[in-house]
Amino acid sequence: MPKDKIDEDVRVGVFICHCGSNIGGVIDCKKLAEYAETLPNVTHSEDNMYTCSETGLTAIRTAIEERALNRVVVASCTPRTHEKLFRECVSEVGLNPYLFNFVNIRDQCTWVHMKEAEKAYSKAMDLVKMGVAKAIKLEPLGMINLKINPVGLVIGGGVTGLSAALNLSQQGFKTFLVEKEDRLGGRLNSLYKLFPHDIEASEFINALIINVKNSPNLEILTSTKVKNIEGFVGNYEIEVDQDGKTHILEVGAIIVAVGSSLLDPKGLFGYDGHKVITQYELEPILKNKNLNAKDIVMIQCAGSRNEERVYCSSICCMTALKNAKTIKEQNPNANITILFRDIYSPGTEYEAYYRNVRELGVLFVKYDELKLPNIEKKHVRVFNEFIGSEMLIPYDLVVLSTPLVANEDNKELAQMLKVPTEANNFFLEAHVKLRPSDFATDGVYLGGSAKWPVDISEAITQGYSAASRASTILSHSSIEVEGATSYLPEFNKSLCSGCEVCIKVCPYQAIIKDENDEIKIIEALCKGCGVCGATCTKKAIVIRHFTNEQILSEIYAFGGR
Amino acid sequence: MKKLEEILKGALIIGGGIAGIQAALDLANMGIHVDVVEKKPCIGGRMAQLDKTFPTNDCSICILAPKLSEFYRHPNITLYSYAEVQKIGGTANNFTVDVLKKARYVKEDECINCGLCVEKCPMRVEDEFDRELRKRRAIYLYYLQGVPAVMTIDKDKCLWFTKNACRICEKTCERNAIDFEQVDQKVKLENVGSIIVATGYNLIEDIEKEALFNYGYGKFRNVVSALEFERLECASGPQEGHIKRFSDEKTPKKIAFLQCIGSRSDRAEKYCSSICCMYTTKEAIIAHEHDDELQSYVFYIDMRAGGKGFQSFLRRGASEYNISYIKSKIAQITVDEQENPIIVYEDLENRQIKQLKVDMVVLATCIVPPQGIEKLADVLGIELNDFNFVKTQPFIPVETTKNGIFTCGCVHEPMDIPRSVAEASGAAAKAAEVIKRG
Repeated sequence: MPKDKIDEDVRVGVFICHCGSNIGGVIDCKKLAEYAETLPNVTHSEDNMYTCSETGLTAIRTAIEERALNRVVVASCTPRTHEKLFRECVSEVGLNPYLFNFVNIRDQCTWVHMKEAEKAYSKAMDLVKMGVAKAIKLEPLGMINLKINPVGLVIGGGVTGLSAALNLSQQGFKTFLVEKEDRLGGRLNSLYKLFPHDIEASEFINALIINVKNSPNLEILTSTKVKNIEGFVGNYEIEVDQDGKTHILEVGAIIVAVGSSLLDPKGLFGYDGHKVITQYELEPILKNKNLNAKDIVMIQCAGSRNEERVYCSSICCMTALKNAKTIKEQNPNANITILFRDIYSPGTEYEAYYRNVRELGVLFVKYDELKLPNIEKKHVRVFNEFIGSEMLIPYDLVVLSTPLVANEDNKELAQMLKVPTEANNFFLEAHVKLRPSDFATDGVYLGGSAKWPVDISEAITQGYSAASRASTILSHSSIEVEGATSYLPEFNKSLCSGCEVCIKVCPYQAIIKDENDEIKIIEALCKGCGVCGATCTKKAIVIRHFTNEQILSEIYAFGGR
Repeated sequence: MKKLEEILKGALIIGGGIAGIQAALDLANMGIHVDVVEKKPCIGGRMAQLDKTFPTNDCSICILAPKLSEFYRHPNITLYSYAEVQKIGGTANNFTVDVLKKARYVKEDECINCGLCVEKCPMRVEDEFDRELRKRRAIYLYYLQGVPAVMTIDKDKCLWFTKNACRICEKTCERNAIDFEQVDQKVKLENVGSIIVATGYNLIEDIEKEALFNYGYGKFRNVVSALEFERLECASGPQEGHIKRFSDEKTPKKIAFLQCIGSRSDRAEKYCSSICCMYTTKEAIIAHEHDDELQSYVFYIDMRAGGKGFQSFLRRGASEYNISYIKSKIAQITVDEQENPIIVYEDLENRQIKQLKVDMVVLATCIVPPQGIEKLADVLGIELNDFNFVKTQPFIPVETTKNGIFTCGCVHEPMDIPRSVAEASGAAAKAAEVIKRG
């Protein structure tokens, strides 16, 4: 585009980020910044070591003020992690956040073309050129203001859900606790003792349940299933079924604490429910103190850490150690052998517990994934990795340490909440590192074994954690959400033929037909994904921030008209 | 819900690492005012020193930096960096706190981190952030992406303070931001409802180098600790991401990673540091991404990989990144004439004594309680546990032995980042209970 055709009022600032050596180690960022300065309407251009650092952000704010910039382009990493930051940065000095445009020259240039620096540079030039072209066409947008209903819903009445609900109510929020079984307590109701202090599970969980029942603002619904979820952050309507009776719960935030299930042990190591049982079947036997076995062999990773189920269930080693210790207490003459692959007892107290159990005389034998123990009539045959030969261990009872698995109905709940699950069907958080208790969907949080197998201590913490995250929403009377949404402009309404394709393709159920039989987009639900706009054959739907004009300007900048 | 002005009490967070940052952000986003005291010149903690994070290999500073900025610009958060808690008084929901803010000798409001003073400063001193693998100047920014992005003068090393000479920085600074007359400031925080202790951890080499002498650390140049290796892998680290041996600047082709160094041991700490199996695999994967001829050997007791996606991460390491896992006991480390480390070990899979010559050794050193924890515990009136970490109870997590004082992250138990972040939010939830109940 020749310089003389530019709109004089638009002043674009371009910031090229080195991202340490992520970008700067492959292409010449200084040269790219000099190139950007030659683009239409660009009145300021610079390169920064880390544009996202406080130093870089100050540079942006200073340039906006000193050079009267009214559009900002940052060419750096990815909008996935950094768009919010830069939007906030420009708005702090009075620029509408939607007048900022992101160009990804790290993932799309210097990462994928790491070994072809020249091509990476030429692609970065194109992307910056296109980004500037779009920036020129950007329009200011408003955020959408949403009222918040300061009520919490916790789905699941196990230790995680109880902890979350208790905290929310103690913070002063009206809270609903929904449990599908007829009693609270979840998995803990079937356990005998709890590591690492060997207190009785029933004592602990009953005390917690009493606290929950006595807590103000807390309404408990047992034998209750979630049937339908409508709405969005701050304004959910949940339809639940309690023994055939329907209730509608109006809440502002939802915590998923549905726990996990036990693996069906059929077919594992000759499981028969009598001579070969699981740790979970051993618990009530120990509780009733009627274990009738002297030679006991425990097998770790039974049904996990294999091709079918790659993950480590993380609590089974401690469970086995605890049950071995309990057996030794009940019968000091018992011979216990634990067949393991790696003992998982991380941290301070768990490692001390492991040492303690070793000192009690429990025998540990390491086996390999490829040489599984074999349960024979009177012996367990195992290849002992430590001595490099086969061993025959006599047994009265074999106890399998089976993993926790995701609930089968997780998918159903996930669909209602519009949140993802991962390969093993556990719920998937927004970011595995820094957002462990959030879903990507605002207003929905998670904790406990619904996310991944955890022990009681971590389950409690994660319950609190989810409550904290929910409280950051519930504490406000209203919040602002993304303004780059789809809409049907008044002047386009005549274009709409009412074909309803947009309703069908919308993944967020944000489009409905209103009482006048007209298409209506609920903007609070819309995530601006653009599927409706792309599908609309009449070009009636407009996607803010990605209008046809804006996208075409990028294409023309790249390939010419 | 109470409006901001109706909540009279605020919270105090001690420690500005990822745990302290997350706890502060949650409380601030609930409308509660938070004071944060950080000992170092900048917030960010250990996570800022890491190159990548497992199991996604996200660049650590890239995902941390937006949090640092959000924290620093949050209207409900007041940061006291380069500061320490000296005294607390009162009880839950009504603490008073004395904070000592050390003089930086740089005016925080004036410094724009242009770096002119650093260029001119004649003093070269060991860079603590980079684990003393390179030099910084006596006036310095704690680290490149540090927040607040302002300079600090190292009083112990500055020529003006040690020899009454120089003051070049003062002459260089175009904004008159240098202030040699600055003095330590005492700040009294009142109306503190609850306190969260999140002061993180140290590594065994920080307090007890001798414990690692057997492994050649501090004796052989090609033996480094895992955090040092992390800095070597990092693009903004001392080798700008090109890993080289210290003896001859050669790129290592064979690296041995030794697990449980100083931990799970009768000679040092008995406990498990929890995170080393995973970060070692990450470091080996990243090193292989730098150089695909690299062969890594991980010498371990038990591979502890219980978190989400961790087992798949190990499998990927073994199948795609040339990592061999060897269950073993290390007997001795020596070097040959070219300073190549030789590891003598017992292979536990067949009980044989073996030797392996490598180019470099990386030690997964034990996490230990942070320096000064006894003093802090004393000031706060909280108990420490048998391992000298902050004492908590398994089923009353994130609570210390004192009412109104909570804790999260590695200061009470070694743990990885996701757990620290979840605990931080958990501690914030409990701290909020105290404040909101009034």
